[in-house]
This record gives sequence, structure tokens and C-alpha cells, in this order.
Amino acid sequence: MKRRAIASFFIAAAITLNGCMSTRQSALDATGIEARSILHLWWFFLILLGTIFAIVMILTLGALLRRQPASERQFVEQHHTPPQERERKLSRMVSGAGVITGLILFALIVISVITGKSIAPSGASNALLVTVHGNQWWWYFSYDNDDASKIVVTANELHIPVGRPVLIRGTSLDVIHSFWVPNLMGKRDLIPSRITEEYLTADRPGRFRGQCAEFCGLEHAKMALWIIAEPPDQFQAWMNQQLQPSVAPDDPDKQRGLQVFLNHECIFCHNINGTPAHGQVAPDLTHLASRSTIAAGTLPNTKGNLAGWIADPQRIKPGNYMATVPLESGDMQPLVDYLESLK
Amino acid sequence: MRIIAVAAGCLALASCQTGKENLRPAPARLAVYSDAARESQIQPGGALTEPNVTNPDYGSAFAISEGQRLFDWYNCSGCHAHGGGGIGPPLIKTQWIYGGEPANIFDTIVKGRPNGMPSWGGRIPQYQIWELVAFVRSLNHEEPTASTAPRGDNIEINPANITNKAQGETK
Repeated sequence: MKRRAIASFFIAAAITLNGCMSTRQSALDATGIEARSILHLWWFFLILLGTIFAIVMILTLGALLRRQPASERQFVEQHHTPPQERERKLSRMVSGAGVITGLILFALIVISVITGKSIAPSGASNALLVTVHGNQWWWYFSYDNDDASKIVVTANELHIPVGRPVLIRGTSLDVIHSFWVPNLMGKRDLIPSRITEEYLTADRPGRFRGQCAEFCGLEHAKMALWIIAEPPDQFQAWMNQQLQPSVAPDDPDKQRGLQVFLNHECIFCHNINGTPAHGQVAPDLTHLASRSTIAAGTLPNTKGNLAGWIADPQRIKPGNYMATVPLESGDMQPLVDYLESLK
Repeated sequence: MRIIAVAAGCLALASCQTGKENLRPAPARLAVYSDAARESQIQPGGALTEPNVTNPDYGSAFAISEGQRLFDWYNCSGCHAHGGGGIGPPLIKTQWIYGGEPANIFDTIVKGRPNGMPSWGGRIPQYQIWELVAFVRSLNHEEPTASTAPRGDNIEINPANITNKAQGETK
């Protein structure tokens, strides 16, 4: 009795923890409508085909272990052919099994197509449209808005409102990538010069890890993203905050950091709204400090990691396109202080 | 016998240097910006027989492809198009206004030139400038054929036509 109480306590604790902490990246832990239909399909396939596999294995084993009756053996030895009646029975069984196999495969196709149709982009009216660009090796996100001044651009971390479908409209600017957040959706390839779409809906708040699922070059493994699902009001607050341009720093240390940023190579690739930096080929840094990771999920976003990343990006992600920038020794600290103030 | 042939083939491939990738270039500025090309032929102590600055990326296919990417990233293509020219002069040609040696092109990028070419010194890391130099020279087949792509990713232009047009000749 006592043991059972302890066990149920641990199970309850595990469920509660699971609810508030970031979920492990797994398609078996579906938290969205789309992911759940895919998971149901997966379980259906697994159980049905697993059962058939087990039956076939048992029958094979039975056939191997079966002892041929003496009368049958004598008949075969005399006539060099099995008894006619038995032969006919066996061919009827085999053709029956063949027909059943065909029917099952056809049914699986139908079920698979139905699931595919149910999660395919169908133009839900209240969907949040997010443009995704796959890049070597980071993600560009931009929230669509008819008013161009209200378009939020961010990188590697996507906030979405719980319960509202999100339409991912993606393409790639270099090679083929694949956008995959296993807990929320199936894979969707991002293909250069083509646009692909996929819906995802989170039905509870949480942090979900995603990963590029199509080999895209040296740093494919370090091309991760995080989706943060939050209640609609929280999401709206985040959007409003992201729309703000960066504010000019007020203390001399961060002011120097801004000058270091503007006077070095950084300005060519990165964008910081509210400053003259408008580079468009690298992640937007306007709200860098509001993101939890740097370098596409490679490192936690801390001052130390950021300094290490700026000093030698090729050590952390060999082959990535961040330029190795020569900085004077006294410039790093102000630069990192400034960047980490971009909330 | 076959094993020896395969081993020899592997060795030959291994010695092939065109695909060598320098993923961690030295970030330090190795030369002082804007002193790459000589502007006078008179040299104390007699003329040097070798140029004072050579492109460290000469013959590197990796550097040329990186240069091609940066050519778009830094919007060189905005004025020079993909070699054919537009607002800026064409880069596929046989005659250069400010010299076509690697040191001259390096200087052109770092210092800028009158009538529109911006000065990029201090804005592009030095190793990337050399990658751009290698790419620009590869457009004119002045990099080894083995490291130059057989065709560019963009438009194909017959260099002879451009040169002739620029000189006002009819063909």
C-alpha cells in the first residue's frame, strides 16, 4: 500500500514536471493537433504491422518445426509430388494471404492519405503566418503582417500562441533544409526557389526543440531551433516587445560596445533596429538578449559564451559563415555588455 | 596489381590540393591595409623580381567559392552584376583601370576608387578580401583551371565581347 502511494507520487511529480519544463524532443510525445494525428497513424502502423510480422514469424517457425507425417513422406517418395488435395489447399491459402496483404496495403495507403489531408495546409482563417528561411546554419523567422512596420523578425527562436494554428511558410536561400519540431509537426522540407507550407498547433504552453532534418552541410547537426508556446496574452506582450527598436545605451561601457559593433565587420551582416546596422545575411540582433541560445541552439546565451563565439566562431561551429573578426583586447567586454543589453 | 592501382589512385587524390578548406583563417591583420600594391616602379636597391604581396588563397577552390558567396553578401553584385558590370565596370575583362594583379585588386577593395567604388578597409576581414580577390581573378581564368568552377552559378558571358565593346570595336 505504502509502496503504491510512493509510486503514484513519483508518477504525479513526473507528469507535473513534464508539464512545466521543456519537453524532450520526441515525436512520441506529441503536444499538437498535427503531431498527434501523425502519432496516431504511427501507432496504428506499428501495431498492425507488428502483429502481422509476429504472425508471419510464428507461422514460419511452425513450418520449420513441423514434422512431416510418415504417410505423406511415403506418398512423396512414391509419386515425386505432394498429394493433390493438400497442394490445392495450400495454393488456396497462399492466394488468400496474397489478397489480404494487398487489401491491407491499400487500406494503409487510404489511412495515410486521409491523415496527410487532415494536416495539410487548408487555409485556416485565424492562422498565424510565419515565414521561415533555412540558412546555413540558422533559421530566419518573420511574422507576417499587412503593416510592414509591424513585421517581427527574429532568428532561431519562435514564439507561438497556444491553441492557434501557425502556418509555416518556408523556403531556403542556399541548400535544402528541413523544418522539424517533432513534438508539434512532421518534417517539412525547405527548398530553394520553392515555397512549402505546414501547419502546427501547440495545445499547451512549453518549450519545444526543433532540428534541421535534411543534411545541409558541415554544421547540419548544430542547426537547432526552439519553439516557445505561450498563452495568447503573453505572446502578444512578446510581440509588442519585439517590435520596439533597440534603445541607445546610456552608460559609457555599452556606448563603447555599440561603437565597436558599428566600426567593425559585424555591421555588414547583422541588423539591429535603431542603429545604422542593417545587414541582412545573418541573424537579427535587435533583441538578441531575449533569446535563450546563440548560434542556432548551439550554446546557452550567456556573456561568456557570446564572447567565446565572437572571438572564435570557427572553433564552436567549424565552417559556419560568421567572419572571424579581429578585435582589440579591450573591445570585447563592452561589445558583449552591449549585445547582452539588447532585451 | 589492381590493389596497387587503387592505392596509387588514392594517393593521387590525396595529393590534390584544390579542395583544401581553410576553415579557421587567422583573424589578425597580416599586412597593413592599403599597402599591398606598389605605386612606383622605382625601388631602392634594384627592383624585386617577385611581387611584395601575393594572394595567400591563390589556387584554392574553397576560397574561390567563398569569394563567390561574399560577392553577393557584400553586394558587390549590386554594381558589378555577376561579372558583367552595370553601375560599376565589368570584372570579366582583360584590361584593368587600376591593375589586375592580386595586390591591385586587394588595394581597390580596401582603398576604394574614384567615382563610386567604396572603400571596404576595416569592414571586411582581410582573409575575406583575399577570397574576393581569388574569385574576381577566377572570373578571368587567372586562377588555376583545376580550382575554377567550369561555369559560374550566374550568367555566362563571353569575355571577348565585353572587352571589344569597351574598346568600341565592332566585331
